Amino acid sequence: MLSSKEIARYNRQILLPDFGTAGQKKLKQARILMIGAGGLGCAVLPYLTAAGVGTIGIVDFDTVDNSNLHRQPLYTTDDIGKQKVGCAVQRLAKQNEFVKFEAHPHELSNQNAIELFSNYDIIIDGTDNFASRYLINDACILLDKPLVYGAIHRFEGQVTVFNYGSNTEVKGPSYRCLFPEPPSANAFPDCSEAGVIGVLPGLIGLMQANETIKIITGIGDVLSGRLMMVNMLNMEFNTLHFNRNNEKNILSPASAEELKEYDYKLFCSRVNNT
Amino acid sequence: MTTTILFFGALKEITGSEKIDLQNIKDTEEVNEQLLQRYPLLKQKIYRIALNKKLIIKNELLNEGDIIALLPPFAGG
Repeated sequence: MLSSKEIARYNRQILLPDFGTAGQKKLKQARILMIGAGGLGCAVLPYLTAAGVGTIGIVDFDTVDNSNLHRQPLYTTDDIGKQKVGCAVQRLAKQNEFVKFEAHPHELSNQNAIELFSNYDIIIDGTDNFASRYLINDACILLDKPLVYGAIHRFEGQVTVFNYGSNTEVKGPSYRCLFPEPPSANAFPDCSEAGVIGVLPGLIGLMQANETIKIITGIGDVLSGRLMMVNMLNMEFNTLHFNRNNEKNILSPASAEELKEYDYKLFCSRVNNT
Repeated sequence: MTTTILFFGALKEITGSEKIDLQNIKDTEEVNEQLLQRYPLLKQKIYRIALNKKLIIKNELLNEGDIIALLPPFAGG
């Protein structure tokens, strides 16, 4: 299953207790989907590529902008104006020839999410808006897939894993258990409006990559039911505990058909009166 | 009785500080009422309340030294 070249390449992680060649084989067999090749994606992708995840899908419809470069080190000045997914795959393919990449250079929507996610084991959220985050969460619930969540604001970040645990265990909470109500569209600005320190998505993305490797290989305790809060200015790391809330989860679409009809933009644009 | 309140993310930009102390508050509902009175702009925001690092889903009575955190969602990626 693993060639001698692969065993040599991954030697330092194969040496780890509880990891071994068995862990490396699990990584090779894994299929993960990175949604968004922005700040978070630029940290997740090179490390999962280096670790030897077998198949990595990348979804992003955007092109590289000059203002992305301070926090998205997969791209160079020459890449400005080019499609992110293409640039990312080109760079990552050079990094590790044992990894297969699947480029999805289009916008994620409720029309394509189910079909797209079906082909992957783990979904990683690196998007930049609430509508996408609720859509990704709901599709992961329907397909029973773990969702590795990361989000950032200025100097602060959040990381957790949603919908984790097999059906035989108690299923971990989802995004709707954490934030049942979406904010109105303008209540929380994105990076283009609020600004962001460049290393922040790097740190948060690496934590997402770490959780992804743990889920695949079965090592450690997955960050499920716990929200990691990171503050880059005072270096305070807080872990907040939260539970599954079935009353909130039933508000998500009950079938793929319902998901296709669910208006996520409307859901996230209504005025918040609470 | 002192209760410490921590603010995360964009909420901090409304309150102008990361941390405040409130005196003689009996429960988490009263915390929220006092905060909304003090910082009316919080009404425009979505946030969850954590008591001693656990998100609450109903009103909880407070004890001396409890720490409350107000946690907004983040959108950026």
